[in-house]
Amino acid sequence: MQNFAGKIVESDAYKKIKKILFGMNEKDGLLLKILVYILLIGIGYVFLYPILRMVVESFKSLDDILNPLVNWIPTQLYLDNYSKANDVLNFFPTLLETLYVTVLPSIAQTAVAAVVGYGLARFTFPGKKIVFALALMTFIIPPQVTLIPKYIFFSDLNLLGSLNAFTLPAISGQGLNSAIFILIFYQFFRMVPKSLEEAAQLDGAGHFRIFFTIAIPMAVPAFIISFLFSFVWYWNETYLASLYFGNELTTLPLSLQQFVATYTQMFATGAEADVNKINEGIRMAGTLLSILPLLVVYFLTQKWFVEGVDRSGITGE
Amino acid sequence: MKKLSKLSTKNSLIGLLFVSPWIIGFLIFTAFPLFYSLFLSFQKVKITTGGIQTTFTSFENYRYAFGVDVVFVDYIFQYLEQLLVSVPIIIVISIIIALLLNKKVRFRGFFRTIFFLPVIISSGPVIKELIDQGVTTIPALSQIESVLSQSGDGFIIGLLLYLIDNLIVILWFSGVQILIFLAALQKMDPQIYEAAKVDGASTWESFWKITLPSLVPMIIVNVVYTIVNLSVFSLNTVIGHIQSNMFKVDTGFGYASALAWIYFLIITVVLAIVVGAMTLKRRKKHAY
Repeated sequence: MQNFAGKIVESDAYKKIKKILFGMNEKDGLLLKILVYILLIGIGYVFLYPILRMVVESFKSLDDILNPLVNWIPTQLYLDNYSKANDVLNFFPTLLETLYVTVLPSIAQTAVAAVVGYGLARFTFPGKKIVFALALMTFIIPPQVTLIPKYIFFSDLNLLGSLNAFTLPAISGQGLNSAIFILIFYQFFRMVPKSLEEAAQLDGAGHFRIFFTIAIPMAVPAFIISFLFSFVWYWNETYLASLYFGNELTTLPLSLQQFVATYTQMFATGAEADVNKINEGIRMAGTLLSILPLLVVYFLTQKWFVEGVDRSGITGE
Repeated sequence: MKKLSKLSTKNSLIGLLFVSPWIIGFLIFTAFPLFYSLFLSFQKVKITTGGIQTTFTSFENYRYAFGVDVVFVDYIFQYLEQLLVSVPIIIVISIIIALLLNKKVRFRGFFRTIFFLPVIISSGPVIKELIDQGVTTIPALSQIESVLSQSGDGFIIGLLLYLIDNLIVILWFSGVQILIFLAALQKMDPQIYEAAKVDGASTWESFWKITLPSLVPMIIVNVVYTIVNLSVFSLNTVIGHIQSNMFKVDTGFGYASALAWIYFLIITVVLAIVVGAMTLKRRKKHAY
């Protein structure tokens, strides 16, 4: 009898533990939750590792770098690397130029992608399928294929060294990854209910008014996503930039590309060449400085960005 | 009836108006350069003070690429191998991360911020600096690597070694894909899952029967995106080779154009095979 009662208690406790560990109905079990967090933290660490290392290295003095005992925590707050990197990158003037080279093409690209995406999503016209197929094709064409003729073309028109080499393709839907943005807007505008458009038409609204008053407000997340991606991609673009802009315009990533050469020219010449030799710390400080504005923009806008993704999830119902 | 067709003509004209900036841009900045570079690829191009001089050389540039230029063919095979390893990993990892983020976890925003961060900062020069300074490999993993490399050099081990060496850089290419999968997951109707649960489906079954099939369009999109992204990244050896040939005296614009075209065709074939296989599988499923 006693034995029997014990069995009941045991099985109750067993069920309870099972419920906590493996979950019931709606709630996830504890084990699953722990697994999820372990995975997220583990993968997160791997993702962040290079950035964490970069930050740590950038604060290390030469002694710290050479000392194998100093791994994650530098012995002192050493800022000399940054002042040197700042000089080498010519930080603030270069930053302004980078923004100039990045923001304008991004705005042009986003605006045009919205217009073209709307045209593809809401209208039928002869040749639409061809336009669509060609637009997608532009995405898979490696820039190298069209680069040489474009270079010759821009040089003939005297556009090399000016921002027009970036904005002109952007404003005609041929900028960096324009096809993606057209596709994003196409998807967004396709989700606008036909009934809404018809109701507006009955009220006497024309196509352009519908585009501005109904379609655009419904695609705000698409605008944010498009602008953000364009901004980042134009910022990080170095090959086209170096070819088109030559010595006229420079960007932070381009300065980073020349970092070692510029450093050697500035600091490591003459009698003190060996003493002032470039080291990991200075290079990592330069790398971090060159991406710092991007990080700031990202951390300021990511909330918006995440919200945009969330909201697009709700509108997709 | 007449009025209706008139209306649709007007509609299609307005549609064309919306798309017209793209059509003009496509002709000037894509179609024309595309054909011009195809033309150049059959020429020997010399840059003189008076402009560009071309002499027709038939398939000489192409023959040179496959016959004389040993490095190029090597680079192409390396590139294909990299695709074979990286693309499945990026797709699987980004689906897993998206699924994890789609759960009701604390600090979701924080994790999302981390996983997307690499997309923001990975330009060629930045990644090159990081690789140069050796901060893109985790020390614990390099210990596994040294054990692995002692245990022989089969195909699988070679693959694993490549993976360990490049794991972080590969992962860094999955930010956009995570975001796309996550957006798709969040768009899914929770009622479908409830209905499945009522019918007795487990979470595991729901994933394979509901989540994954509805993600297939996004998987195709992400596969294409990943392949293109890896193909045009500025540290890609093939692209580097094309670039270095562009300003060489003995090869120049003509040969570089030929290489670019070969590369373009290879990318197209890879994409056609992958997308073709995936859509074919899907169509078969729908036939049931």
